[in-house]
Amino acid sequence: MDFMKDLKNGVLLDNPVFMQTIGLCPTLATTTSLSNAIGMGVAATVILIASNIVISALRKFIPDKVRIAAFITVIAAFVTIVDLSLQAFIPSLAASLGLFLPLIVVNCIILGRAEAYASKNKVLPSAVDGVCMGLGFTFALVLMGFLRELLGAGTIAAGIIGAKGIQIPGLSAYPATVMILPAGGFLAMGFIFAALQYIMSKREGK
Amino acid sequence: MSFVFPEAMGFGEIFSLAVAAILVNNYILVQFLGCCSFFGVSKKTETAVGMGMAVIFVMALASAVSWAVWYFILKPLELEYMQTIAFILVIATLVQFVEMFMKKSMPALYQALGIFLPLITTNCAVLGAAITNIDNGYSFIGSVVYGVAAGIGYTLAIVIFASIRERLDATAKCPKCFEGFPIQLIAAALLAMSFMGFSGLHLPL
Repeated sequence: MDFMKDLKNGVLLDNPVFMQTIGLCPTLATTTSLSNAIGMGVAATVILIASNIVISALRKFIPDKVRIAAFITVIAAFVTIVDLSLQAFIPSLAASLGLFLPLIVVNCIILGRAEAYASKNKVLPSAVDGVCMGLGFTFALVLMGFLRELLGAGTIAAGIIGAKGIQIPGLSAYPATVMILPAGGFLAMGFIFAALQYIMSKREGK
Repeated sequence: MSFVFPEAMGFGEIFSLAVAAILVNNYILVQFLGCCSFFGVSKKTETAVGMGMAVIFVMALASAVSWAVWYFILKPLELEYMQTIAFILVIATLVQFVEMFMKKSMPALYQALGIFLPLITTNCAVLGAAITNIDNGYSFIGSVVYGVAAGIGYTLAIVIFASIRERLDATAKCPKCFEGFPIQLIAAALLAMSFMGFSGLHLPL
């Protein structure tokens, strides 16, 4: 039961991207398609869980003054592992994530959870926190990636369901290409945040 | 141990590199590097200018130091896979040193830029520039110019955006659900669209 509550917190009520507005760079940059979004989300989640476990296990040995440097070193080690594994096993995904794969190391969500949660709690709750926050981040990426790919390329899940994915009649012939360009990232996120504010004001009104 | 340095770059090459980094591949609006601080410290134009200057300064230094670490330490020792760890630690220590040095010897500059320095360690633009320099095999001069140019591009975008935001907060009327962060994102989208115009520039790279 407790896990479900944590999960609901991480994915919805306390979503790192939509509610805390952190980790915006990868959310904007790597969501040009659903497959990229899922790849980035899973990579970040794996790193978040692993770094949360290690930092929580070491929390009594890390001196307070150098804790940030220690956290960054732990995170960077896992980023390197994931980076090299992806390059070896899924090179196409590694190529399309490009620079943003090593840049997971400066993702505020991961360092933020290390500082706010893992450095103060036991190993198991920290792992659970990593799973929940990672899934929340992945959810945000997937939502953005789905919308941008649908409007910008007229396809759903290209590269996951076959090479071309599900083509939407009409849209795939004349897609709004701007949505998969950089401007579309800001635009999509702006509308998602506006929708969220609308929903929340409705809920408060009741 | 073998030392293979990238070839020296001509002036024309370096010039087009700089223009590309400032306008065509603008760090914030085209590559999405440094978005957190882009929304975080763009409330007033003066703070945006201060942050921009600090970023230019640190990016130039970080480009130079990370270039040296790569070609003098990691490459000869065949420790290329340590790139991410080495660079982030180099940048973190560098920022700490700059902060201490400025506090002692340039208090006026420290007053102006000091508060932004800790923010810069986790600014992905700095690490992004350091990695890009190595990936593209830029020469030492090329790397420093690229760092400065990317910083100038960052400053350009954040200062323009801060000016827009000042007007937006003061005068613009918008639907209630768009107030605050959403309308800022839409404004950033329009700014990014205008920067897309620069992608038509043909640079001999």
